[in-house]
Amino acid sequence: MAVKSYIDAVKEAQDLALEHDKNVLILGEDVGKNGGVFRATDGLQDKYGEDRVFNTPLAESGIGGLAIGLTTQGYRPIMEIQFYGFIYEVLDSLAGQMARNRFRFNGTRQMPIVVRAPYGGGTKTPEMHSDNLEGLVAQTPGLRVVMPSNPSDAKGLLLSAIESNDPVIFLENLHLYRSIKGEVAEGYYTTPLDKAAVVRKGKDISIITYGGMTPVALNAAEELSKQGIDAEIIDLRTVSPLDIETIGESVKKTGRVVVAQEAQRMAGIGASVMAEISERFILSLKAPVGRVAAPDSIYPFAQAENDWMVNADDIIDKVKEIVNYD
Amino acid sequence: MSNISKTNDQILDFDYQLKAQDDAFPTLKVLDNDGKIVDEKALERADLSDDDLINIFHNMLLNRQLDIRSTKLARQGRFGFFAPTAGQEASQMASAYAFHDEDWLFPGYRDIPEIVAKGWPIWKAILWSRGHVVGNEYTTDDGKEVNSWFPQIIIGAQYVEAAGVALGLKKRNKKAVSYAYTGDGGTSQGDFYEGMNFAAAYHANEVFFVQNNGFAISTPRKLQTAAPHLAAKGWAVGVPSLVVDGQDAIAVYLAAKEARAWAVSGKGPVLIETLTDRFEAHSTAGDDPLRYRTKEDIADWWKKDPLIRMRKYITDKGLWDEDKENDYIAQIDARIDEDIKKADNIDKQKISDYLKNTLEVPGYAMKEQIEKFESEGK
Repeated sequence: MAVKSYIDAVKEAQDLALEHDKNVLILGEDVGKNGGVFRATDGLQDKYGEDRVFNTPLAESGIGGLAIGLTTQGYRPIMEIQFYGFIYEVLDSLAGQMARNRFRFNGTRQMPIVVRAPYGGGTKTPEMHSDNLEGLVAQTPGLRVVMPSNPSDAKGLLLSAIESNDPVIFLENLHLYRSIKGEVAEGYYTTPLDKAAVVRKGKDISIITYGGMTPVALNAAEELSKQGIDAEIIDLRTVSPLDIETIGESVKKTGRVVVAQEAQRMAGIGASVMAEISERFILSLKAPVGRVAAPDSIYPFAQAENDWMVNADDIIDKVKEIVNYD
Repeated sequence: MSNISKTNDQILDFDYQLKAQDDAFPTLKVLDNDGKIVDEKALERADLSDDDLINIFHNMLLNRQLDIRSTKLARQGRFGFFAPTAGQEASQMASAYAFHDEDWLFPGYRDIPEIVAKGWPIWKAILWSRGHVVGNEYTTDDGKEVNSWFPQIIIGAQYVEAAGVALGLKKRNKKAVSYAYTGDGGTSQGDFYEGMNFAAAYHANEVFFVQNNGFAISTPRKLQTAAPHLAAKGWAVGVPSLVVDGQDAIAVYLAAKEARAWAVSGKGPVLIETLTDRFEAHSTAGDDPLRYRTKEDIADWWKKDPLIRMRKYITDKGLWDEDKENDYIAQIDARIDEDIKKADNIDKQKISDYLKNTLEVPGYAMKEQIEKFESEGK
């Protein structure tokens, strides 16, 4: 075990995948010599050659098409979209094409593609770099959406995503890239897809969250424990499809739930989790399900980020409201 | 000094630029409207045996007959979506004939006959048209893989995907190419440009076709772009590009053959614009061409029917006659009749299969849905 940053875990997973399977390729803008704008592929072109780790021209839709075409020759492409906010340019390749191809070809052809992209706020980027757009793809049948919250999961989930024959949208939290470090096991290992993690056990309330909001919720839980509230935290890890089993076990245990997401309130993952709980576990609830989410405006300009983004205090307030509900 | 001044004048002469573009793409022709060879050297270069000539004409007749029968069936409500192909037989079948089994076809939705020419059974084409998933299985009747993608609905998407295949073939050192078809309207799509640009940047094994049939549904070619030739768009990304008479099967074949040889040698992609016409409606779903073009225009194009000149040419060569044509059409009709029956008898699609095919490994809620639909026999 070594302590590593999130970005280093992402890089290590790709390094191991390239070593493990000759059919794995990495493509995207600046992923070669430059090692990606966040260095997620640093040194990989030197190690594995330009044939396997290569730059693309600057066009997201072209990158998506390229990845789809490469699968016909037995390749397993990892395509990087430099910022997830640029997803609109490649939405047909993702939702119109790779998501539908297994279904379309009656199961005769697979789409083993991983789409890596950084998302999320708190780093004062220019516009269109920070949006939480997971909802856009999470409601597309045929895509799996994975959003790790820590270095160990980032590595294991990325390796699982690369092994998967289904297309995976793998969203990496930009703020966590270097702000979070954690224990990462050595060597090749996989962390199961479609499986949420109980990252903190508790008995009074379940906080269901994912991605960049998970460490915020963990901080909130520490503060809440000082105030006598013992929160359980479920990190969804895969946000589509949802691990309803793990959600259900926690809800049945605590009877109280707060859903927390970095994305805007409208539609989205949180809404989906709340709907599943109300449909399946309503009789276990002692209070309405609370929701912490960003306002339904467009993602803010950099100077307003601190006011706009959800923080630990928002979670603490909402948890207290739900715990004290009679 | 005077030379520099002349160059500078030319750089600043925008009229000259437009004229130069217009002049840069003469039309490749081998066979005239009466089935006479206009360029013996080009004919030699095409290197078509008598068998090749007959095979190409067979494929063109198959295309025409599929068009006639599909249109009729559509009128009777026994067919689904169908995009007529009459007028484009040389553009489609003579180009496709230049490619090999190991090459990958990326068709648009009007390019069903090219997939059939690659060994895809007609009954699957019928199922595709009717909206049955088995119509998207690209295998021959004896289970051999047909290297074809599905007829792309999102115009332009086939260009970027074909570029990926072309790059993959190059990486695997395969002596094969991918070839993609779109129309004049397709050249306005961003993906059209991105696909060519990517393939060119990687010198990938690709041949791009633009079948310029004059209309994207109702929008005429001149409203798509100010470019005097659609082929000029290839030059923008460093791709050898040419315009060919799309009603001339031999010229189309020659262009495709030369382009394939170039692409397979690792030099990069080629763009071919075929000048052709869609004699009929955009699709059988209610399009009326007389809303956007004249009867006279359509009648003029029928005179340039690609079947006429190819038939004349092979008849003059003593390779073809009326009996042979009637026999061959009867054969195609029998084959179509048999395949309609086969398509009629296909098993109903199941929602549970849809769910199973959506993801290889289904999620929790999907598993519940699979169980529910299976229990209902759906």
